[in-house]
Amino acid sequence: MSSQIIGLLVSSTIDTAYMVFASLLVGTLIGGPVGVLLATSGKGELFEAPVFNKVVGAVVNATRSVPFIILAVAIIPFTRLIAGTSIGTNAAIVPLTVAAAPFIARVIEGALRGVDSGLIEAAQAMGARPLQIVRKVLLPEAMPAIVLGLTLTTVLLIGYSAMVGAVGGGGLGDLGIRYGYQRFRPDIMLTVVVVLVVVVQMVQSTGDYIARRLDKRQR
Amino acid sequence: MIRLNGVEKIYPASRKSSGHHALKGIDLHIEKGQVFGIIGRSGAGKSTLVRTLNRLEDISSGQVVVDGVDLMSLSDAELTKFRRHIGMVFQHFNLLSSRTVFDNVALPLELANTPKAEITERVTTMLELVGLTEKSDHYPSQLSGGQKQRVGIARALVVEPKILLCDEVTSALDPETTEQILDLLKGLNARLNLTMVVITHEMSVVRELCDRVAVIDDGLIVETGEVFNVFVQPQHPTTQSMVAGEIEANLPKSLRKIIKPTRTSDSENPVVKIMFIGPTSHDPIISQLNRVTGIDFSIMSGQVEYIQDQPFGILFCEARGGIEAAEKGISFVQSRNLTAEVIGYVEPDHRPLG
Repeated sequence: MSSQIIGLLVSSTIDTAYMVFASLLVGTLIGGPVGVLLATSGKGELFEAPVFNKVVGAVVNATRSVPFIILAVAIIPFTRLIAGTSIGTNAAIVPLTVAAAPFIARVIEGALRGVDSGLIEAAQAMGARPLQIVRKVLLPEAMPAIVLGLTLTTVLLIGYSAMVGAVGGGGLGDLGIRYGYQRFRPDIMLTVVVVLVVVVQMVQSTGDYIARRLDKRQR
Repeated sequence: MIRLNGVEKIYPASRKSSGHHALKGIDLHIEKGQVFGIIGRSGAGKSTLVRTLNRLEDISSGQVVVDGVDLMSLSDAELTKFRRHIGMVFQHFNLLSSRTVFDNVALPLELANTPKAEITERVTTMLELVGLTEKSDHYPSQLSGGQKQRVGIARALVVEPKILLCDEVTSALDPETTEQILDLLKGLNARLNLTMVVITHEMSVVRELCDRVAVIDDGLIVETGEVFNVFVQPQHPTTQSMVAGEIEANLPKSLRKIIKPTRTSDSENPVVKIMFIGPTSHDPIISQLNRVTGIDFSIMSGQVEYIQDQPFGILFCEARGGIEAAEKGISFVQSRNLTAEVIGYVEPDHRPLG
């Protein structure tokens, strides 16, 4: 394999990493608070607002029920509005984020709902305000589950980022499609697949490791 | 210190349940420094009741006054502040798994924005008091049940509350650990002049720990009084059956099996249960019984316990000489202000061989 191809491979991997982490970051900034609200705004919960809960839940579900490749194409006008273009690595971050945020919201909601309700009661009995309960009880107790959830999200986004290659995004998916598929270079295709597999493995192992370190429940 | 007037709690009907009238008009008065037990079977409403005392449960009607404050009149912010002066300990400990022992105990102080130096000082003192200084850096998962409950108690008391609510605090513990936790609570009550409300379904917890007790059954207080009186002379059927359960547990299983509830043959002798309560319980009643009535009473099983430092004994005897003998004996015992009754019948040669 020529050094040119290796250079392409390296820069594509960096592009993918960039897209994934940027969308993960922005997705968490949006989806995190939404997830906290989803987990705490049900009937009888800390920030009781059942109507809000239902509406946000419906929006989240709607976004999640659209297949990513359709979503990426459907929101091209929005992508153009935000990124100024619909092509390239930066532009790809927009649909990735739009897909990631509701997923992360559900991940965080699930993690918070997994916290024993007895702990919330204990905190209330101690005189904790609702926000203190979120900050000092729910989030720390749910952290192992949140880390695992975000790991899952990262893996999902790596897959999605390969898909945006098909609609003009950059990264490993783009490399695979343009060189591996359209230029009939099975060696490049294979290499792209191997790199993706290795990256996903690394992400999962790292996530598992961090979650295990954070989990003080059994040792 | 705590006063409840006509407190009712109705859980409204929903899709999941048909609604539930958990508390049906509770009147209760708990004085400062008292250890007040609330005992009842599961589902009687005792957990709901204790949760009205810090308004973890809103009440449907009535009034809860704690330390001079009508809880229903408090705004959310006031309630939050108010709760910082009431400690609560739970059956399942409810410790944060992500925090060390030290940080768990520090949590209530953090919530009140206590300065760091003061937190360190008070938590250290508290851990010493419950005997967990060495476990300070451990996580709850590394502790035994009894140690976890000690952390729970330290966490509840670190804010120096006037009132401590204990919700089935020993129900998840083995008997030996239960004993230790009860001793600890007893010591703390004396040392800190705490008012304690103790929810339990175990008569033995009430006996060990409490001054006064209220018996709750199906959302109503059916009996209130000094622990000793309630224990030895229960008035309400619910209390009686709870006390009886406690006493029957003292009768060995092998004996329980051979005592028949009705007399099936003339040769059978009555089994008389004699209860020793109060001042006359020190009298040599059995030898007097034999001397005065001339009847032999053979002791099958017996026990003298001390409740709140007062003797309380139970004796199961076989009246050798049939029904008449038993009746004579019972009237003698009653003349000494003790209670006695026939609880069943046994064959004279019932003693297990070998």
